[in-house]
Amino acid sequence: MTAAIAVDRLGVIFDRFHALKGVSLDVQPGESFGLVGESGSGKSTLLRAIAGLAPVASGSITVNGKKLGARRDKAFYREVQMVFQDPYGSLHPRQTVDRLLQEPLAIHGFADGEKRIQRALDEVGLGNGFRFRYSHQLSGGQRQRVAIARALILEPSILLLDEPTSALDASVQAEVLNLLEEVRRRRKLTFLMVSHDLAIITHMCERLMVMQSGEAVENLNADDLVERRVTKDYTRNLLRASDGFVRA
Amino acid sequence: MSTLLDVEDLRVTFPTRTGLVEAVRGVTFSLGRERLGIVGESGSGKSQTGRAIMGLTPPQARISASKLVFDGIDLLAASPRERRTLRGKRIAMILQDPKYSLDPVMSIGRQIVETLRTHEKVGKAEARDRALAMLEAVQIRDPARVFDLHPHEVSGGMGQRAMIAMMLIAGPEMMIADEPTSALDVTVQLDVLGILDRLVSERGMGLIFISHDLRLVSSFCDRVIVMYAGKVVEQLKASELGRAQHPYTRGLLNCMPKIGADRHPLPVLDRKPEWAA
Repeated sequence: MTAAIAVDRLGVIFDRFHALKGVSLDVQPGESFGLVGESGSGKSTLLRAIAGLAPVASGSITVNGKKLGARRDKAFYREVQMVFQDPYGSLHPRQTVDRLLQEPLAIHGFADGEKRIQRALDEVGLGNGFRFRYSHQLSGGQRQRVAIARALILEPSILLLDEPTSALDASVQAEVLNLLEEVRRRRKLTFLMVSHDLAIITHMCERLMVMQSGEAVENLNADDLVERRVTKDYTRNLLRASDGFVRA
Repeated sequence: MSTLLDVEDLRVTFPTRTGLVEAVRGVTFSLGRERLGIVGESGSGKSQTGRAIMGLTPPQARISASKLVFDGIDLLAASPRERRTLRGKRIAMILQDPKYSLDPVMSIGRQIVETLRTHEKVGKAEARDRALAMLEAVQIRDPARVFDLHPHEVSGGMGQRAMIAMMLIAGPEMMIADEPTSALDVTVQLDVLGILDRLVSERGMGLIFISHDLRLVSSFCDRVIVMYAGKVVEQLKASELGRAQHPYTRGLLNCMPKIGADRHPLPVLDRKPEWAA
């Protein structure tokens, strides 16, 4: 079986700064894979490199058996879509939800836009009432739902999720995580999800990779984390930190 | 326990185009030399409560309270001049993101010295020494180097330590920390909390810790106030959080994913209109 995403010894360099130093990973079709680490660990850069948003210096990325070049073609974006962290910054402030959702459809030449927009909005639980609103008229959770609808409207098979809930309140976070799980089950999607929160990753993903300063620290199953079978100190520190504050 | 701050029926109202909006609606609590957590979601009025105590409410808003007393001083009756001498000197506030709340064009050391010299008559050399000592107290390894750096040259954790140093240098008796660690990485978060915890208990300060993270607050504070829609829905000891009565508090605790708890889908909060009543 060909992997949905195969990354081989990927290096990303910004000017002289090595953001990724030869990171490899394989994500199987239908799998949900998590990337965990602190800020600056390169987890978001890895995601952005796959989406074609970071300067790849070395290594290769293969999506659904197809090796990616320096430029991504339209067919790639039909397969792979991304949801960004900040729902306030990732929606065009002067476009209505309807206009936002039409954009990808127009780019890819879909004729049945009307039907698709309605279906996408229903799928993320927003309904038609939100269709002609601007993003400033929506709450953070609703905006993130629009961002998810925009990603799903092209019916991709892979979703790249960059901290999709870290800007949201805990209760809204639960709703968005549930929505993501539901669409994944229904559409048999592959997820590659970035988060700094181990609890979210163990909840959403079967396998995960811990990253630190541009390198992979260790690969784990979600069960390993639950039973605390970790080998590296760095991961142990992250686990301890997620338990909350302990008075010395 | 001596009471440092007494708040009774605090209300903060904002005039908007569509009428008055009450952000804080009758909040009552008191603070001794302890760590008090205020928890709630965005829009619950937790930050506005902190700002009203500090005197940082925007001028167009109206504040009313039957009691807002800090150490015998009626804050609502105090003149702006009196409030200014309190602010920074006896009541300090740590803000969320050091990237936005430190002055970007002033070195960290100068900002700390400025705070000190606003409130105390000290010479330049002594102010510098005290600022360096304070930077050391917040566990900055090379204080002399950091003293001359500008905020954009340091990491988030370092910036937040500098902010704590700046707030503590005048020796306040009460500290309001508004989401002091939300912008930081989890491991750095714990370091900063550790520093805050040590300094607060060493100096016997009263701390109001405002956060959206119920679990973090319960592991850090002695007492927790839970706010919803501008009101206090529950007050309880942090150790007894597991026995919370109010459905909102329980819902908030419940909806967070936990390592080891296999719950699909996650329980979501079913908001009842009567909570806000």
